[in-house]
Amino acid sequence: MGKLYLELIRIRFLTMLAYRVNYYSGIIIYAINIGAYYFLWGAIYGGQQQLGGLTVEQMTAYVAIAWMSRAFYFNNIDMEIAQDVREGKVAIEMIRPYNYLSVKTAQAFGEGVFRLLFFAAPGIFLVSLLIPFRFPGTPEAWGLYLVSLMLAFVINTELNLLTGLFTFFLFRNDGMMRAKRVIVDLMSGLVLPISFFPGWAQTLMGWLPFQAINYYPSLIFTGAISPERAWELIGLQAAWIAVIFMPILILWRRARHKLVVQGG
Amino acid sequence: MIRVSHLQKEFHIHQARAGLAGAFRDLFSREYKTVKAVDDISFTVEEGEMFALIGENGAGKSTTIKMLTGILTPSGGEIVINGYVPYRQREQYVRSIGVVFGQRSQLWWDLSPLESFRLLKNVYKVDDAAGERWLERLIEELDIASFVSQPVRKLSLGQRMRCEVAAALIHKPKLLFLDEPTVGLDVLVKQKIREFLRNLNETEQTTILLTTHDVSDIEALCKRVLVMDKGRLIFDGQLAELKEKWGNGTEVAFQFKKRTAPEELRAALGELPCEILRDNEFSLRVKVVRSQDMLPFVLSVVMGSFEVSDVKIKEASTEDIVRNIYSADGEVVSHG
Repeated sequence: MGKLYLELIRIRFLTMLAYRVNYYSGIIIYAINIGAYYFLWGAIYGGQQQLGGLTVEQMTAYVAIAWMSRAFYFNNIDMEIAQDVREGKVAIEMIRPYNYLSVKTAQAFGEGVFRLLFFAAPGIFLVSLLIPFRFPGTPEAWGLYLVSLMLAFVINTELNLLTGLFTFFLFRNDGMMRAKRVIVDLMSGLVLPISFFPGWAQTLMGWLPFQAINYYPSLIFTGAISPERAWELIGLQAAWIAVIFMPILILWRRARHKLVVQGG
Repeated sequence: MIRVSHLQKEFHIHQARAGLAGAFRDLFSREYKTVKAVDDISFTVEEGEMFALIGENGAGKSTTIKMLTGILTPSGGEIVINGYVPYRQREQYVRSIGVVFGQRSQLWWDLSPLESFRLLKNVYKVDDAAGERWLERLIEELDIASFVSQPVRKLSLGQRMRCEVAAALIHKPKLLFLDEPTVGLDVLVKQKIREFLRNLNETEQTTILLTTHDVSDIEALCKRVLVMDKGRLIFDGQLAELKEKWGNGTEVAFQFKKRTAPEELRAALGELPCEILRDNEFSLRVKVVRSQDMLPFVLSVVMGSFEVSDVKIKEASTEDIVRNIYSADGEVVSHG
């Protein structure tokens, strides 16, 4: 079974490489995004040493790393599922001896690794030439970050599967998927670190899974928290993975019965 | 091999109300209509059979195929194929079948068919030496070697379709479903695919189920035909029987050595229910409804009583039959 998923990841790699222009423009987009946020935050800090518990240097690293993490955890599998359902392509997926959702997850992983290696890494490298940037010092810190990033990928992918599965019942849920994307970007701490939100919003977001997608791994990367706290956050991420898995299972089972293949 | 009994599939279709006010009401409460796409069909198929499922658009063929392949869950009835219940044991079941959808591609659009085959070999775990030999045979017999390394998006429909067939057979399934495999293909490609399928059926004993609009597909490939109309199975039998039942009958054209009037022929044939048509003074045509019983009689009588220089027998084509079935409409059901 493992071989199949390796092969799926490889195929997704090849598909992504098939369009060169996409590839080059992707690198530039990542560099621009990181750069733009860097200058924006520079202006906001002005002369101040610290805001919301982060220094300017930590903030710079936070922005860069938030985007780098996003390159890995972000994927469009909800849109892909929706398209498969709308165009009737699920039929093809159903005649294959594998689990549709696991395959989608493997494809998302292939895409994530591709983007991390070929978009985000060169992007970060470009950016680090222009602005002061500090990578974690110890292999241990790197390890913690990577574990946390992997879990972030799983949580985000689970959310995507969940929204994607709604297509089986609603046939059109572009609105929901677009809303989800904005909510994830905002509430995960990509646009604004969670510590910058007002107190009540922070409390609210403590009860939601979104900050586990970006805020936790980014915090770990910047070294703003102790390793003990980092392990706590990783534990929280694991808990969210288990919690979101339940509705996916239930929806998937019902979707199989509800399935209508569109177009003949 | 395939056992289907009392299979049913109902769909709940949302009925949109008319007008703006209707659309507004639809926001709060929706009306649904239940449509029976497949209504109580039963049949069995033995290993190594090749048979066609035909019917008009919307007759329920595709829905039936989708239930047989485990994609859709039936609303009622039972299906057992290769010892599996398709919709319950989907993942194990689909290893034993191959499916070609004429209107959907199962190849990866941006990759070459060869890459797709490679992935599929992993999917079905046939990436050993035997799997490799089988793939080589498929590539050779379908004559696709010259373009398997080009991206699928650059292939013509005919080239792609042959690759689709290879992709569906990569794991050497015992049962192959083809849903309108020859739509939009030119005659040569059609012929190539048919020849390949016939050969596959003979050498590997592969059971083949075909849905099609193309009558020549059926004539070239299938002995057995299932006809569906409005979700019901209205005919299940040999192609020859189907011709008997819905054909326009058989026409025999006689060329006589002497001038012969239709009345003389009528007198010779007696009370036989047949139609006699006159082409010219020397040639007459006899149209009989049931060819198996009457044809020998007509031939022997006419040959015995007149001097005949030439005989031509024109059988009803399947095309005519299909047209007859479709146009008979409501009346058809009572035949079934």
